[in-house]
Amino acid sequence: MAQDAGTDTAAVIDGEGVRRRDFINIAAVSAAGVGGLAVIYPLISQMAPSADVLAESSTEVDIAQVQPGMAMKAVFRKQPVFIRNLTPKEIQEAEAVDVGSLRDPQTLAERTKEGKTNWLITMGVCTHLGCIPLGAGEGEVKGEYGGYFCPCHGSVYDTAARIRKGPAPTNLQVPDYEFTSDTVIKIG
Amino acid sequence: MSFPWAKQYTPKHPFMVWMDEKLPLPRLVYSAVGGGYEVPRNINYFWNFGFLAGFCLVIQIVTGVILAMHYGGNTQVAFDSTEHIMRDVNYGWMLRYGHANGASAFFVIVYLHIFRGFYFGSYKAPREMIWLLGVVIFLLMMATAFMGYVLPWGQMSYWGAQVITGLFSAIPMVGEPIREWLLGGFAPDNAALNRFFSLHFLLPFVILGVVILHIWALHIPGSSNPTGVEVKSESDTLPFYPYFIAKDGWTIGLFLIIYSLFVFFMPNALGHPDNYIPANPLQTPAHIVPEWYFWPFYAILRSFTQDWLFIIPAKLMGVLAMFSAILVWFFLPWLDKSPVRSGNYRPLYRKFFWVLVLDVLVLGYCGGMPAEQPYVLVAQIASIYYFLHFLVIVPIVSSIERPEPLPYSITEAVLGSDKAAAPGDKA
Ligand code: HEM
Ligand code: FES
Repeated sequence: MAQDAGTDTAAVIDGEGVRRRDFINIAAVSAAGVGGLAVIYPLISQMAPSADVLAESSTEVDIAQVQPGMAMKAVFRKQPVFIRNLTPKEIQEAEAVDVGSLRDPQTLAERTKEGKTNWLITMGVCTHLGCIPLGAGEGEVKGEYGGYFCPCHGSVYDTAARIRKGPAPTNLQVPDYEFTSDTVIKIG
Repeated sequence: MSFPWAKQYTPKHPFMVWMDEKLPLPRLVYSAVGGGYEVPRNINYFWNFGFLAGFCLVIQIVTGVILAMHYGGNTQVAFDSTEHIMRDVNYGWMLRYGHANGASAFFVIVYLHIFRGFYFGSYKAPREMIWLLGVVIFLLMMATAFMGYVLPWGQMSYWGAQVITGLFSAIPMVGEPIREWLLGGFAPDNAALNRFFSLHFLLPFVILGVVILHIWALHIPGSSNPTGVEVKSESDTLPFYPYFIAKDGWTIGLFLIIYSLFVFFMPNALGHPDNYIPANPLQTPAHIVPEWYFWPFYAILRSFTQDWLFIIPAKLMGVLAMFSAILVWFFLPWLDKSPVRSGNYRPLYRKFFWVLVLDVLVLGYCGGMPAEQPYVLVAQIASIYYFLHFLVIVPIVSSIERPEPLPYSITEAVLGSDKAAAPGDKA
């Protein structure tokens, strides 16, 4: 020990060499740093959706009552889902659009299930800042493209729920869903 | 630092002498807000708003801590507990109306305080740090007020939370995960309400801390004044106590009269009736508006209806512009290169200052209106002008303007030339 201390002092006087203390210093500060980061992780992660919130992530809906030209609202993850039975005219209007001219180019077929193009199932959450667009309820305005109209900042969606006008950046989101029978869908 | 002629704390009572040796807190208070702080003798009423803002913070903390004793931060009870405060708790209505209107009063005062800074060039060297800390306080206030407004869990609370957290989803790639992380869910719900309550309780104390730094930074160069000429001699200043304490006390009285008119006679004038409807995640109110003090910034947000240069989405641009509208204040001390501080001696700057005031009022008006024409177009023009003011007009004016002659000193500005000021000299 005494000798080590002696060498240390010599190194300091010379102004060169790595002392044991430098090593201990770096090791201690790094350990504290890594430990600190390890503690921050759970502090940040606790903010993310908790297990019970994530567990709400699937719903079954019976759609037998929805006639062509009608729509219903379901709830998925505490947010509205629009389930709409398109009329042949609405389908035709959606398919007549030049996809290249759209802000978020998608065809109606891409937004519905095969053989079920009349069932347009989307989140009822405007992709601008999250208001609920009008058009799924009885007698609500559907906007100039016949789909949905968001009153908050004036986004207009067409009969495939694609964004056509206003500030929203993307089409109404299509959630993951499947037909468990001809009249029941499972969302999520 | 302080001026060499500032009075020193000299305790007389033996207890205070003892105290001064162990913990010189009275000494600190004396030289910060007592007879030991020397202030330019010519400051006008615009210098009262800082003190008033501090008073508002105290009102908010006192009423807020008490409200928190009766409020429940859970979606099941939040709305009902707010009504319980209004109907059942003794004087609960007074505390709640005092807190809600206190927030509005706080913003009125702070806006006047900020615009005082714009006009008199208070942000210029050597006071940049005071200004920067002030902008930080303003940002914290906005966050606090936003989260407070969510707490009663009415329709505007809910949809305000939805729209404002929706702003974050504009960030490319990581936006949606960030929003879910902030909310602790896919839409505002219990997790969000509960954390907003926790943060709404915490942030005012953070604000208090930054206010202390703001005043600390202020006491290094000392207060500015309407001439913008720095203090030169003892005849330029007066001690804070008793002169300016008395003046501040008088405006606190005026403030309390106006504040009480709101709290007791029109407590809901500045609020929105939809917030007395319990939050309903399945129905958006026809017209969502934030509280009035956010309107100018909300108008800027909504001004972007087209994708910018065909690449940056309108939504992202709106969000960037809204935040930049405040962040640009951070650069003001360096954008304004004029060595003359006060607008009183800057003929050209003065005119543009008033245009800016008008512009912000127009933005505020449009922000409170529905997103329809002509409001959107007017707001777009006003938004462009807002940024032009700070980024183009201020730098250009500060380099081409010819300022009016400044008085030699504060004393001269108050009493006329030194000759006229000399007592007994009738010349
Ligand atoms: C910077 C200071 C503060 C500002 C700007 C502010 C702002 C607000 C606003 C705008 C509201 C909604 C008012 C309403 O609609 O009733 C609110 C509610 C509330 N605030 Fe604050 N607040 C501040 C400080 C505090 C503090 C220090 C506390 C407690 C520690 C607090 C506790 C509450 C509570 C419990 C509510 C909900 C009760 C209610 O809605 O009346 N606030 N605040
Ligand atoms: S939230 Fe729908 S247009 Fe803004």
